[in-house]
Amino acid sequence: MSILINKDTKVITQGITGQTGLFHTKGALEYGTQMVGGVTPGKGGTTVDIELENGETKSLPVFNSVREAVAETGATVSVIYVPPAFAADSILEAVEAELELVICITEGIPVLDMVRVKRYMEGKKTRLIGPNCPGVITPDEIKIGIMPGYIHRKGHVGVVSRSGTLTYEAVHQLTTRGIGQSTAVGIGGDPVKGSEFIDILNLFNEDPDTYAVIMIGEIGGTAEEEAAEWVKANMKKPVVGFIGGATAPPGKRMGHAGAIISGGKGTAKEKISTLEACGIKVAPTPSDMGSTLVSVLEEQGLLEKCKTH
Amino acid sequence: MNIHEYQGKEVLKQYGVAVPEGKVAFTVDEAVEAAKELGTSVVVVKAQIHAGGRGKAGGVKVAKSLDEVRQYASEILGKTLVTHQTGPEGKEVKRLLIEQGCDIKKEYYVGVVVDRATGRVVMMASEEGGTEIEEVAEHSPEKIIKEVIDPAVGLLPFQAQRLAYAINIPKELVRKAVQFMTALYAAFVDKDCSIAEINPLVVTGDGNVMALDAKLNFDSNALFRHKDILALRDLEEEDAKEIEASKYDLSYIALDGNIGCMVNGAGLAMATMDIIKHYGGDPANFLDVGGGATKEKVTEAFKILLSDANVKGIFVNIFGGIMRCDVIAEGVVAAARELGLERPLVVRLEGTNVELGKKILNESGLNLVAADSMSDGAQKIVALVK
Repeated sequence: MSILINKDTKVITQGITGQTGLFHTKGALEYGTQMVGGVTPGKGGTTVDIELENGETKSLPVFNSVREAVAETGATVSVIYVPPAFAADSILEAVEAELELVICITEGIPVLDMVRVKRYMEGKKTRLIGPNCPGVITPDEIKIGIMPGYIHRKGHVGVVSRSGTLTYEAVHQLTTRGIGQSTAVGIGGDPVKGSEFIDILNLFNEDPDTYAVIMIGEIGGTAEEEAAEWVKANMKKPVVGFIGGATAPPGKRMGHAGAIISGGKGTAKEKISTLEACGIKVAPTPSDMGSTLVSVLEEQGLLEKCKTH
Repeated sequence: MNIHEYQGKEVLKQYGVAVPEGKVAFTVDEAVEAAKELGTSVVVVKAQIHAGGRGKAGGVKVAKSLDEVRQYASEILGKTLVTHQTGPEGKEVKRLLIEQGCDIKKEYYVGVVVDRATGRVVMMASEEGGTEIEEVAEHSPEKIIKEVIDPAVGLLPFQAQRLAYAINIPKELVRKAVQFMTALYAAFVDKDCSIAEINPLVVTGDGNVMALDAKLNFDSNALFRHKDILALRDLEEEDAKEIEASKYDLSYIALDGNIGCMVNGAGLAMATMDIIKHYGGDPANFLDVGGGATKEKVTEAFKILLSDANVKGIFVNIFGGIMRCDVIAEGVVAAARELGLERPLVVRLEGTNVELGKKILNESGLNLVAADSMSDGAQKIVALVK
């Protein structure tokens, strides 16, 4: 088991004929993801031929619209690599086509575009992950996004994070300690996004194959605090955390549009103290994410169950 | 992106937001000329820098004659203002806003922001105008009234009215306040602002509701569709190294420390600063070279670090995903060869093509220290710059 995606998930790429879309569609195919087609308006009816490392060539159909792609391929998930100026429209199109899940990798979407997207999605069935995120991976089954697949191992720890490379860092620390992951989800570094920590924690809570969770937050906003309160009230599994940006000066945007301390709110100090007050052990440095989880697993008698080799 | 107050007021005026008449001046003579043209008995001489708190720092003066305008303009132009937002080094004043004085009856606050929790635009208003809204938020949060705006229909008249009544705008001026707020929201959305702050909003003796100050901040992700706003960028208000970095699409923020950092990914870059600090060091910058950096980009990033005289040592921390470690290594080697490397360099590489990357560094003959992990690297660089 896993959350959001598994080996049976069929995926289309929006923006498949672009350089980035093509590169990562190939990466997904190499990993074993069932990529079944793509969308690029104006290129419908053509195919994209992707040569894999094993010498095989995979030919994917291209469609003019998401609706068409869904009707023809039976895909339930799309991944978006469309440039920022057009990405919000691509999300809306995927929502309108009633996909179950849309993962938007694109970085740099105007925040007011996302405000409109979020409003449009109210009451619709689609779940959005991102934008400005590395994607989602269920190790050994399926990879949707830009993360390096080989650092992951199948296992029982859920990972949820606002940052891409910091997720890789956490996963790497787990894998080298023999602890695999059930699913790793990057929710993205933008201030207005599809899924928040709570949405993903809720899924991990319900997933019988996830025994513990690592939550990686950063400065800006109050999503970590809200998640911590939720964990305290609802979570049946241990959660450990890390908050990046303890040394970031206020008023400066730390790369991610969402990573900014404004009006005295969203500091790492506040977040860490709320997390700890809610029973979430916080790694003191980014190098200690793996070891902090291990210590909590040990305390709870879960370490052996989480060891994958 | 930030702009100056006078520019913000010009933008707001296009949408029908009431602002006092004013003109920008770059010299003392221009300031006097502007005051003559305005022709009011009282004019205000306002320093234009990208920071708040100008009044307290002596950057805003009320002049009752042209002689006073000349005197204040010559005092303020060229002066370095130190406010709570400029940092201790302050900011030099190079532009002035010469504005008609107005008969202020009462000061209020109106602000528009994107609220993450609701994913909506929120308009906030308060009767406590003129002071720092952060202070009001901390000490009397009940005095800040909020309206969450549905993007499908925009700020509704009843919402603006509710705000106006809640902050006790005089009854006969509520209609004007509603117009003001509606226009402000329109400007915010149309120009992709991230913050629009009117502090203070004033009610005047002659029955007007206007923006006495205006702080507009724009979503840098949306500037591609606002060439007019992009043209208002004042490079002199920005850090030279940050401008250089932005040319190469690098995300760079200057800090006060002495350890230069080069990292891929914003989260990891922030975490790298944290871990340096954890081991007693002080980062000189935040620098994210991004996910798909080329050798050239890495070289430029490295040059920016080396150009900072405060940097006593460099820590390169890379977790290669899309970013390949060999590309990083080649960039580091190229930059170090070109510029010479006399300062300590610690490199931690992990991820895609890590062995190849390490090989390139080892065979380069450069005097660098390899690290096995983030904490190992941070400890090594902190020890080396001590």
